[in-house]
Amino acid sequence: MLEASRLIAGLAVAAAGLLPASWAGAAAMGPKEAYHLLNRAGFGATPQEVAQYARLSRAQAVDKLFRESVAAATTPPPESALEYLPPGRLRGMSEEERKALFREQRETAIDLRGWWVREMLATPSPLSERMTLFWHNHFVSSLQKVKSAKLMYRQNELLRRHALGNFRTLLHAVAKDPAMLIYLDSATNRKEQPNENFAREVMELFTLGEGRYTERDIKEAARAFTGWSLDPRSGEFLWRMGIHDHGVKTVLGRTGDFDGDAVLDILLAQSHTAEFIVEKLWREFISPVPDPAEVRRVAWGFRNSGYEIKTALRELLLSWAFWAQENRGVLVKSPVDWVVGSLRQFGFQVADPLPFVFVLRQLGQDLFAPPNVKGWPGGEAWINSATLLARKQFAERLFRADASMTAGMPPAPGERSRTAGKSADAGRERLLRAVRELRFDSRLWLAETERAGLTPEAVMLATAPERESVPQAQGIQRIRLLALDPAYQVK
Amino acid sequence: MERRDFFKVLAAAGVAAWLPRSGWAATPAAYRNLLVLVELKGGNDGLNTAVPYADPEYYALRPRLGVQRETVLQLDSRTGLHPRLAPLLPLWRAGELAVVQGIGYPEPNLSHFRSIEIWDTASRSDQYLQQGWLARAFAAYPAPADFAADGVVVGSQELGPLTGSSGRTLALANTEQFLRNARLAAPAGNSRNPALRHILKVEADIAQAAAKLGASAQPLHTEFPKGEFGNAVRAACKVVAGSPGVAALRLTLNGFDTHQNQPGLHGNLLGQLAEGLAALKAALVELGRWDRSLILTYAEFGRRPRENQSNGTDHGAGSAHFALGGKVRGGLYGAPPMLRQLDGNGNLAFAVDFRSLYATVLERWWGIPAFNVLGGRYPILPILDG
Repeated sequence: MLEASRLIAGLAVAAAGLLPASWAGAAAMGPKEAYHLLNRAGFGATPQEVAQYARLSRAQAVDKLFRESVAAATTPPPESALEYLPPGRLRGMSEEERKALFREQRETAIDLRGWWVREMLATPSPLSERMTLFWHNHFVSSLQKVKSAKLMYRQNELLRRHALGNFRTLLHAVAKDPAMLIYLDSATNRKEQPNENFAREVMELFTLGEGRYTERDIKEAARAFTGWSLDPRSGEFLWRMGIHDHGVKTVLGRTGDFDGDAVLDILLAQSHTAEFIVEKLWREFISPVPDPAEVRRVAWGFRNSGYEIKTALRELLLSWAFWAQENRGVLVKSPVDWVVGSLRQFGFQVADPLPFVFVLRQLGQDLFAPPNVKGWPGGEAWINSATLLARKQFAERLFRADASMTAGMPPAPGERSRTAGKSADAGRERLLRAVRELRFDSRLWLAETERAGLTPEAVMLATAPERESVPQAQGIQRIRLLALDPAYQVK
Repeated sequence: MERRDFFKVLAAAGVAAWLPRSGWAATPAAYRNLLVLVELKGGNDGLNTAVPYADPEYYALRPRLGVQRETVLQLDSRTGLHPRLAPLLPLWRAGELAVVQGIGYPEPNLSHFRSIEIWDTASRSDQYLQQGWLARAFAAYPAPADFAADGVVVGSQELGPLTGSSGRTLALANTEQFLRNARLAAPAGNSRNPALRHILKVEADIAQAAAKLGASAQPLHTEFPKGEFGNAVRAACKVVAGSPGVAALRLTLNGFDTHQNQPGLHGNLLGQLAEGLAALKAALVELGRWDRSLILTYAEFGRRPRENQSNGTDHGAGSAHFALGGKVRGGLYGAPPMLRQLDGNGNLAFAVDFRSLYATVLERWWGIPAFNVLGGRYPILPILDG
């Protein structure tokens, strides 16, 4: 199998750019390669999923992933996240009322995170969730500034709807998304007092990349974006012609009475944009070091397709680099990879995702709240002494014993101090119950893994184990040792 | 612009490594001088911390939020401390507390994230640097090998000034828990895969630090305040007590983003801060380390002088910060706030560039050439003896 895959990889190298991608890898890929694809394109994979994909060729497998992608979540959102609360409601409230409101908002924000974790665990298309998360970390907005669970939920819906759709459509929609209008201050960008925040980030972080525009381009673009505003009563996008700057602007060498959409089209007409997005996809799916020639090739097709995201992703997932042995284990698992991947892979039954909201925060990936507009830096930055020990502690507890995990999880950090009195007790109680209800049957999992033609190592480690104690261990102890191995932190 | 280009050229030419490291010995004994950074996260209100109680403009801008003259702890004829900072008064009287007013930087950014990034990386307002300023210092001048670590971040997932460290950085919330969990890390291994290499290095740092921290713990009798910050102070002191050495510690006190209902919240936070710092001093005295400790507070920004409609304050610019320690020359530094000369956004002008604080730490506390770390020259503040 290894030889065959080398041969195919070699062929693909030779044929790159000459042959249609579907030619590369016409044979059944086998379980190990199937696991690699499912793990990188989704979050872990169960032995059954691996067995199913192992029979397919690479191209068939990628097509299946795309065919089964979804544009909407299967889990209903928390009721509380569907309610829009206009700003200014604090006025005239008593101290008690405000406190109650803040507590309610905190709980809504936690429920919203729990909803997404649940969706990532339940989704029939992990690729769709991975891409939704990818765009969340690209078109960053944060609850910390937006302060409305409803608007963040709606942005999340938007990102999922276009996650594997069209980048042009997505960019235009995100630029008018209410949460984004708040997060990057578009809502306060007016003719007399332009705010450059969105104009700067749309060039630096969303399309062109740093250094491919001038300060003057930013100033001019900011003028074009004036008038894209928000109706504070409804939380909807609002075109306010009165504060739009109708003057002539010059952006990236083009001159006219541009509005925001016209500027976005100018950015999309630059070849840098496709390359910038493809590079970022490369770092998400393949390795931390994009290959410039390959990026140009894939970006050319991406742009020519009118920015169809699947076109770019298909090329990347079928590229020689995606399958190359030297690119195995070179990506550090994000906290979501680690937590959701582990839970999905081992078939944990999760009745209540609440504990994992806090585990993710403890590991450094607080959903709906990336640290800043650049998003989570990712890669090696995921791992420091605190987060690495937290991962290992979590692994130890997940795989402590088959039946019971009551001694279980790390406590919810901050939960105790953030909520007062009764609600803290209720929160703790819910947390403990959620942990008690977690179930994992290691014997069943090991049997199914064997039946799928796999070993625990093959589906848990992308590279050889670093620690020697692993091979001797059996049963759940072996799973635990593998999960504690440094190699379990990479994919 | 020019300075950055110059710095880039230097770095590209590898000149930084070649530059004479004035007065720098191979084993930097100066790291026996401990730096403790305390982040007042969210942006502390400097005006209600070091209060310009003699300035009528202060009360005009803050009719509801102004700290009443009668309650201010007067330091001189125009500046006083918030009453909840009373636990710091013994330090002030002992001449061990410096209050530096008007700390900030040009073209202030009012976003929490961006501004703390500017502080953590010691960058200009329009400059993006990957590494924290302490990470850069330790990369060029590592702490001695027998130290438990270069720097320890206590109780926060964000490494702040230690971000992007190539040296030995630890993050922990609690020393007992750290030592308990450290058994999960093994001290060996290397890999050609950079991701694995990083993970193995973090494991090795954990294992080595745990061995050093566990081996030499001095008992500690000081009582620490209850609560999250008290626990962090306790953990920091345990690190000092248990380790043959650590050059820098960073603690965080959360919650200073007081847009609403500021008086109670802020008073409470300052109370926690003052009690925590008093306990920190007591423990460092007990450990015989007080004369070799320098404690600095910092935050992403101060608050706007004019109070807002919600009984709070919005993001501002310049602010006041504390320096304390056995070798600190107590007193008021910087410049009192010029409340009649606010900028276009209604914010205070700055009098002291925050990088002057860093330069003072590097040059005077550790004997490191600050230019090599900060990429520019900033006046040294005379806040240290000798």
